[in-house]
Amino acid sequence: MIALDFAPVLAEWPLLAKGVAVTLGLTATAAIAGVALGVACAWARLHGQPWLKAIVGAYVELIRNTPFIVQLFFIYFGLPGIGVKLSNETASVIAMVVNLGAYAAEIVRAGIATTPKGQIEAAQSLALSELQVFTRVVLPPSLQRVWPALVSQIIIVMLGSAVCGQISTNELSYAVNLIHSRNFRAFEATFVGTGIYLVLAMALRRLLNWAGPRFVFGR
Amino acid sequence: MVDFSIWDIFRNLLLAARWTVALSLIAFLGGGLVGLALLVARIARWPGADLLVRGYVQLFQGTPLLMQLFLAYFGLSLLGVNVSPWVAASLALTLYTSAFLTEIWRGCVASVAKGQWEASSALALSLGEQLRHVIGPQALRVAVPPTVGFLVQVVKGTALASVIGFIELTKAGTMITNATFRPFTVYACLALMYFALCYPISAWSKSLERRLHGRR
Repeated sequence: MIALDFAPVLAEWPLLAKGVAVTLGLTATAAIAGVALGVACAWARLHGQPWLKAIVGAYVELIRNTPFIVQLFFIYFGLPGIGVKLSNETASVIAMVVNLGAYAAEIVRAGIATTPKGQIEAAQSLALSELQVFTRVVLPPSLQRVWPALVSQIIIVMLGSAVCGQISTNELSYAVNLIHSRNFRAFEATFVGTGIYLVLAMALRRLLNWAGPRFVFGR
Repeated sequence: MVDFSIWDIFRNLLLAARWTVALSLIAFLGGGLVGLALLVARIARWPGADLLVRGYVQLFQGTPLLMQLFLAYFGLSLLGVNVSPWVAASLALTLYTSAFLTEIWRGCVASVAKGQWEASSALALSLGEQLRHVIGPQALRVAVPPTVGFLVQVVKGTALASVIGFIELTKAGTMITNATFRPFTVYACLALMYFALCYPISAWSKSLERRLHGRR
């Protein structure tokens, strides 16, 4: 007979709360830095020197075609082999930023590609510099067009951060593992953890849909 | 101690890649079948099906695949099934894949013009006939590129099965690292293996997409 007992799991709520806080912290850092990296890469792929385009193109393809867990393990376990030692939190943040940057680059590039040519010509005829044209005329409406895709990608990265528990970053999935190693309620702990992720994902989508027009591409 | 050359590392990873490919195929085929069933249930407007499938999709797209794998692993053992990592990983990845594929395909079916539905029902075709002869072929044309593209996600998703003890590429990489103490080389080789698996599929999906848009 199956006997589920959630009380021992819920009694560990401070651990869960700490895990949620760390997951959200990782996600916030990765979202801001990752989208910035993505915008820089999108710019480089459209306007950069040929060598820069090649490097950014290789970076994007390499990240998009390898699993996040391998990227994380490479950064955390592999890089010390050539003398770069990182703490588990730093490795997690770097892996998330690098991962989101590659996907965001493709998303933002798609948004920029659909900018009407007349807008760029109009901006140039007003004597704006190349950088001004990009940051004031091209970028904001491009971000607005691709915002739903960017939001989805940020949520995917947030859910992907569950893997960071594998290198002992004390985020939510790590808290879940810790709880069931204490009370052996493996299924219940995982169930509660999964539920929290679901709520976080839904809340994050609402938050980003609200924040985008106000802080990212609003006027 | 046995000395591992780069070739030894590659050879062992290649052997393990078989299981990554096998698990990907199981998840993709199983997920495709379940996804198709969910899609048909939704199109046929079975009472409650739309709401249920929407919840199902939200559930699998809104939670980490890692947690889904743990749930399958611990959940099956709770039911008294003797769980091998094979069963748990296949089950979790199949359900995960089905949720994404059913949503992708729903979009493809929705992209078929409404007149096609009306015209075929005016010809007194049953729902099955409509799907098989009118809607299906048109939706399929649109569906192929994103479906192939999603295969890349499935291959990358199988890497997480290493966490519940399924010995595929990533797990093999970790084991080889523990034997050789050369993490940089091993993980670089591992990443290259995944790239070699996934990049051709991505490129194929992209070229399919270009051909589709070219034909219009």
